[in-house]
Amino acid sequence: MSVKEGLLYTKSHEWVKEEGDVWVVGLSDYAQSELGDLVFVNLPEEGDEVKVGESFSEVESVKAVSDVYSPLSGVVCGVNEEVLDNPASINGAPYDSWMIRVKDVSDKAELMDAAAYEAYLKTLA
Amino acid sequence: MGKYVPNTEAEQKAMLSEIGFSSFDELFAHVPEEVKLKKELDIPSGLSELEVRRDMTKLAEKNKIFPLIFRGAGAYRHFIPSIVKSVISKENFLTSYTPYQAETSQGVLQSIFEYQTMICDLTGMDVSNASVYDGATAAAEAVAMCRERKRKKALVSSLMQPDTLETVKTYCHGNGMELEFIPEKDGLTDIDYLKAHLDPSIACVLIQHPNFYGNLEPARQIADLSHEAGAKYIMSVNPISLGILKSPKEYGADVAVGDGQPLGLSLAFGGPYLGFMACLDKIKRNLPGRIVGQTNDKEGRIGYVLTLQAREQHIRREKASSNICSNQALCALAVAVYLSAVGKQGLRQAAELSTAKAHYMAKELEKIGFRPAYKADFFHEFVTVSETPSEKALAALEKQGILGGYPLDEKRILWCCTEVNDKRGIDEAVQILKEVK
Amino acid sequence: MLIFEKSRAGRGCTLFPPCDVEPAAVPEKDKRELELHLPELSETEISRHYTELAKKARGVNDGFYPLGSCTMKYNPKIDEDMAALPGFTEIHPLQPISTVQGCLEVIQTAEKYLCEITGMDSMTLQPAAGAHGEFTGIMLIKAYHESRNDSKRKKIIIPDSAHGTNPASATMADFSVVSVPSGPDGCVDLEKLKEVLGDDIAGLMLTNPNTVGLFDKNILEITKLVHDCGGLNYYDGANLNAVMGVVKPGDMGFDVIHLNLHKTFSTPHGGGGPGSGAVGCKAFLADFLPSLMVVGEKEKHFEKPKKSIGEMKNFYGNFLVVVRALAYIKTLGKEGVPEACHNAVLNANYMMDKLKDIYTMAYDEVCMHEFVMSLEDLKHKTGVSAMDIAKALLDNGMHPPTMYFPLIVHEALMIEPTETESKDTLDDAIRVYRMLYEEAQKNPEKLHEAPVTMPVGRLDEVKAAREPVLRYEWK
Repeated sequence: MSVKEGLLYTKSHEWVKEEGDVWVVGLSDYAQSELGDLVFVNLPEEGDEVKVGESFSEVESVKAVSDVYSPLSGVVCGVNEEVLDNPASINGAPYDSWMIRVKDVSDKAELMDAAAYEAYLKTLA
Repeated sequence: MGKYVPNTEAEQKAMLSEIGFSSFDELFAHVPEEVKLKKELDIPSGLSELEVRRDMTKLAEKNKIFPLIFRGAGAYRHFIPSIVKSVISKENFLTSYTPYQAETSQGVLQSIFEYQTMICDLTGMDVSNASVYDGATAAAEAVAMCRERKRKKALVSSLMQPDTLETVKTYCHGNGMELEFIPEKDGLTDIDYLKAHLDPSIACVLIQHPNFYGNLEPARQIADLSHEAGAKYIMSVNPISLGILKSPKEYGADVAVGDGQPLGLSLAFGGPYLGFMACLDKIKRNLPGRIVGQTNDKEGRIGYVLTLQAREQHIRREKASSNICSNQALCALAVAVYLSAVGKQGLRQAAELSTAKAHYMAKELEKIGFRPAYKADFFHEFVTVSETPSEKALAALEKQGILGGYPLDEKRILWCCTEVNDKRGIDEAVQILKEVK
Repeated sequence: MLIFEKSRAGRGCTLFPPCDVEPAAVPEKDKRELELHLPELSETEISRHYTELAKKARGVNDGFYPLGSCTMKYNPKIDEDMAALPGFTEIHPLQPISTVQGCLEVIQTAEKYLCEITGMDSMTLQPAAGAHGEFTGIMLIKAYHESRNDSKRKKIIIPDSAHGTNPASATMADFSVVSVPSGPDGCVDLEKLKEVLGDDIAGLMLTNPNTVGLFDKNILEITKLVHDCGGLNYYDGANLNAVMGVVKPGDMGFDVIHLNLHKTFSTPHGGGGPGSGAVGCKAFLADFLPSLMVVGEKEKHFEKPKKSIGEMKNFYGNFLVVVRALAYIKTLGKEGVPEACHNAVLNANYMMDKLKDIYTMAYDEVCMHEFVMSLEDLKHKTGVSAMDIAKALLDNGMHPPTMYFPLIVHEALMIEPTETESKDTLDDAIRVYRMLYEEAQKNPEKLHEAPVTMPVGRLDEVKAAREPVLRYEWK
């Protein structure tokens, strides 16, 4: 299971990355491997508000559907259309396949750096 | 006493003792005494097959079969080719379960895939589900699938088949969607009312076409109005009419629904029928119900599976928008066989014959004082108004073994003709009515 | 090959006579322009096409079909004959009431028998399927609380072992779902239940025996707890075959119940439907029932219940399914109903007993009509999953049991033999299950490859969902 350096992680297995005023959000490698082959993803629209701990997306595999929880509170300012068209990209390259960009960030969930997240994953094994 | 337990009493005893029980009482000993039945059920003793046949036949004979029917109103007597019954009686289809085990259910799955294709063909829509219970629940499910976070209200034509209207009402009361009925004007959905009530809270507009009175609605205009307001447009249609009338796609519908009964299913005192549901590709993930898709196995052989299941209750549980977990598979099979038997020429012919007979009957009825109640164009149902009380007119027909139209009130009757009504039968009915005073 | 690929322009069947009246013109604005592609085939070709498809379908008629919680019992032929009587099939649902007295008697009699079997006071036959019945029943509960202006009750309690339709049905009636975990014995955890009870609870949905095939011995206490907090008890009748004639749900404290006539009362499943999801209730809920109720003895007629929740579908339900169920109940009678139940439970316990020395039973105690095995250990040791065993069963001429349900048991296989299977069939099945267990130890690879004797192998479901092909496209 790979954990990418330089990203921050949540306990519910989302990753976030700060890029200036904007934060980028995606799913970790652990999350995608637990979910299995993804077949469908839905994402909010630009301008929608997201809140810490609330679901902003649903990802579907053949046998399951799971919520993706927002690590941030803010306003969606970018949506990765490629992930919508090709959900498999999350399985193939989870850290390149960002889901949303968030601006006006007012709140954050508890975030871990790569080392802390790796340690956290060990507790789940 | 009849039964379907193959094991003899001696065999049952032997099995019991083999697993350590001396009796059924002992086998059921873990069930608390206080809930157990203390006396036998108060229903009659079991019967032999001969007696059951005699009993049930007697019940069937208490019903009157009308050789001639001019009544529709949501259930239609069309001609059913013999091949339909032959196919749906095949035990492999009849006694199989929902095709969860795809490898041993390719026959059922393929028949549903073909059914879905035919429904798409008829309606012009992109995606069809494997069917739902009937036309009424199809309409209700369609309304529910159009709900959006900010759009929670449905505008529904009051000229829907009454049970369908009532079913939509029940479902909306259940899920909390707001519902408003669009009144009728001159036998059609009131366009002005619709215009005045379309606003950003409207999730969808639902009409029936031809409507309950058989009249052709300004379906395209309603599509445009709905879409301008950002609402989805649902059309409930008679599938036979699609042989000659524009498809929901051509009228601009987002969702097409209807009752499949006219396509090879008998009247059967109201059921089982089938509800078909199809929609545009962009909203296919909101479509409830089973959907069959094509895929392949490791060796590249083509096969069929239930797919897009993440929409459904067994995965989504309380987040599913519908709880439906079956389809009317055998009825869908009947519809597919019917549509194969009639083919594209036959469906057109059935539609042409039905509308021709209805127009002929309307003309003949007008000559004897049963005037058309509306000026609108109609398909195979129409409403007459007459000074002769409806009940009296219909009683006269019934006396001669003819089921007349459906009485709407004291003066108005809703008539229906299909390809099974020949000129002689129509003339006979008109002649009887002529003599009613 | 798809039927569309067999189509040849100009072929067809001669079904309709020429028009004997003047044709009617379709208004230009309503004329269909979109081309129709319905297949063009002779009757020979249609008949053979469907015969070919039938060969690739499997019914109860083909053999053992022990799908847990689906009650795949034999479908008697007399029931089919009765449902095909023209006196039933040719009747328009809106005929004058005096001309449909036989249909009304069928409905009334079936309702009466089903009420007696379930311990309910009233019954509607309108719902078309189990899930439809659940929605109907939950609507009754909603209407009951509304009628008492008790607007606080917004939650329905559902055990985590429940079928997915239960929570989905509650949602359709705008209730939120409180999931209660099952105890280690697979039954309702009383303490956990007490924690969630309160004046916001509209009701509880439960099946007993539950989805792991066990009779919940605390049932009276459970239903009383719910009643005491002002909620109602809903009985999911999916497992009624395990208790009919022995225990009445009405005597267990249930207020509303749905039945699956296509399970317990032996009407065929038809590859997924039509079924019938009759809903029964206690007298205090009868005024809320949907549709029309048959009343009267000599001259029967329909009456709408006073505070009816409205229509659940067109007309009076899947009438021909009710005809079949009535013929079935008439055949069994008061002796045959409990006998069927006894033997359903015997057959399940017999099979469980003969397998439990090798397969791990999720709950090793006397079961009712079905039992659940967990193949978690087997998978751990050999890599052979519940799916592998299921698919290998296909190669051995047997329909697999329900797999991966209930969700609370890992690698679950849920077996419900039903009473209509003979000892010989069960012994044969036991032999195959044992043989596959051995095979899993010796030759796990082979089981991963199963099935190999079917028209297709395991199909790529990911591909089906990622790139959905949901219809044939004409060239």
